[in-house]
Amino acid sequence: MKIFGIAAVTAGFVAFTAQAESIAPTAVSYTDGAVAQSLTGVAGDVANGRIIVGDKGQGNCVACHQVSDLVDVPWHGEIGPMLDGAGERWSEAELRGIVSNAKMMFEDSMMPSFYKTEGFTRPGDGYTGKAVTGEIQPILSAQQIEDVVAYLATLKE
Amino acid sequence: MRKLTGAVLASLLSTTLVSADPVDDQLVINGETEIVTRTAAPAHVADVMDEVMSGWLFRGTETRAMEMDDFDNPGMIFAEQAEDKWNMAEGSEGKSCATCHGASEDMAGVRPVYPKYNEDAGEVRTLEMQINDCRENRMGAEKWKYTGGDMVNMTALLASVSRGLPVNIAIDGPAQATWEQGKELYYTRNGLLELSCANCHEDNYGNMIRADHLSQGQINGFPVYRLKNTKLNSVHSRFKGCIRDTQAETYSPGSPEFVALELYVGSRGNGLGVEGPSVRN
Ligand code: HEC
Ligand code: HEC
Repeated sequence: MKIFGIAAVTAGFVAFTAQAESIAPTAVSYTDGAVAQSLTGVAGDVANGRIIVGDKGQGNCVACHQVSDLVDVPWHGEIGPMLDGAGERWSEAELRGIVSNAKMMFEDSMMPSFYKTEGFTRPGDGYTGKAVTGEIQPILSAQQIEDVVAYLATLKE
Repeated sequence: MRKLTGAVLASLLSTTLVSADPVDDQLVINGETEIVTRTAAPAHVADVMDEVMSGWLFRGTETRAMEMDDFDNPGMIFAEQAEDKWNMAEGSEGKSCATCHGASEDMAGVRPVYPKYNEDAGEVRTLEMQINDCRENRMGAEKWKYTGGDMVNMTALLASVSRGLPVNIAIDGPAQATWEQGKELYYTRNGLLELSCANCHEDNYGNMIRADHLSQGQINGFPVYRLKNTKLNSVHSRFKGCIRDTQAETYSPGSPEFVALELYVGSRGNGLGVEGPSVRN
């Protein structure tokens, strides 16, 4: 009981400090398409990552990828490779790089860059069709990226 | 045990996926009008694909059947409504479309060549632009809203009388600069998702994107009656929707950019049969 309490407090503390120190999308450093450093310093939440990958309003990764683990989510696309086994094929750093900006790993990939804020043509305000006003937010936040990466790492064949 | 679970998982998954290939089927409307829905790609797209295919081949059995009989095609009701407008005098000149053009059937052959370069105006014009030019300058009537009901209905009528004729859009001579502009737009990766028309409709036709079966995004079937919004949809409304879905700022219907894009996309379907008003989901 006690140990749990302390762990929770510590995790909370880490989350708090890391939040302030999230690596900005423009400051992420890629090496051969991979990103070694966690974007937040907080371990990703596997369960939340699973939700993000399937949710139309968040990652919507299943729009393009099939994932056997997500049988409860209807309609998986077939644009990109099946993600089963992604956690075996790629290291955590590689997965972080692919999800943050897949074009660093796969040249001219059709896969959107989920942690990027510049270099767009006619950036819009979500799905309104209107021009974005103010600062462009990445499609997923730093912690959401970490959550997705943690989930992908569990996908072993 | 393990194996069983795997098999169950696999079969569950496969039920969410439908067959990806376009169907092997013939489109004949009312048992008489044969429509070319699949043909060799025109020379100007032969470097990227062998065949061009109508969106009809990518729709389900029931949706395809609806287009095969005018009584089942909800789009035809709107074409009929336009027939009334065709014959109705409007505006300061007291003229109807029929005054100058005769019966609507006499317009067979018009739809397949639009968008088309207009010599006097010195610009490429869509069918909508030409309709509004007639309304303003020949009838002395008010322009119709570009994607409004009257306009899309009239384009349905003009498409319906050309059904079966091959799309034959000119892209050379004075149209070429506009065509190049449209081509550029087709390959531009827009929005936060950075997707071009080509990403979806050239590289991935036949594949599912979530619940949607991607077609080549051809416009030989426009205007399109969509079961999704139960109305006729114009080409520029569709372009707008597709660009919006990339989380981009769209262009406006009737804008020079969309006129150029329509010329280019239309020409990618040269050789396909005019099908409008078609039925899609
Ligand atoms: C619009 C399509 C699209 C979307 C959306 C998309 N991807 Fe991808 N993804 C691709 C394609 C295509 C590839 C193959 C790489 C290439 O050659 O471009 C790929 C590759 C990958 C790979 C490497 C696959 C392997 O095992 O070799 C991973 C991992 C991945 N994507 C994860 C994701 C995640 C997680 C999301 C959502 C946060 C996502 N993708 C969203 C299209 C997409
Ligand atoms: C993110 C994917 C995506 C992108 C990018 C995209 N579309 Fe589409 N488009 C679709 C889907 C999904 C449909 C509905 C299924 C189908 O017919 O392909 C569709 C349908 C269409 C149709 C209707 C075809 C028919 O037979 O009814 C046209 C025309 C079209 N798109 C043109 C375009 C053009 C032009 C662009 C670029 C400006 C574009 N699309 C960009 C996904 C996309």
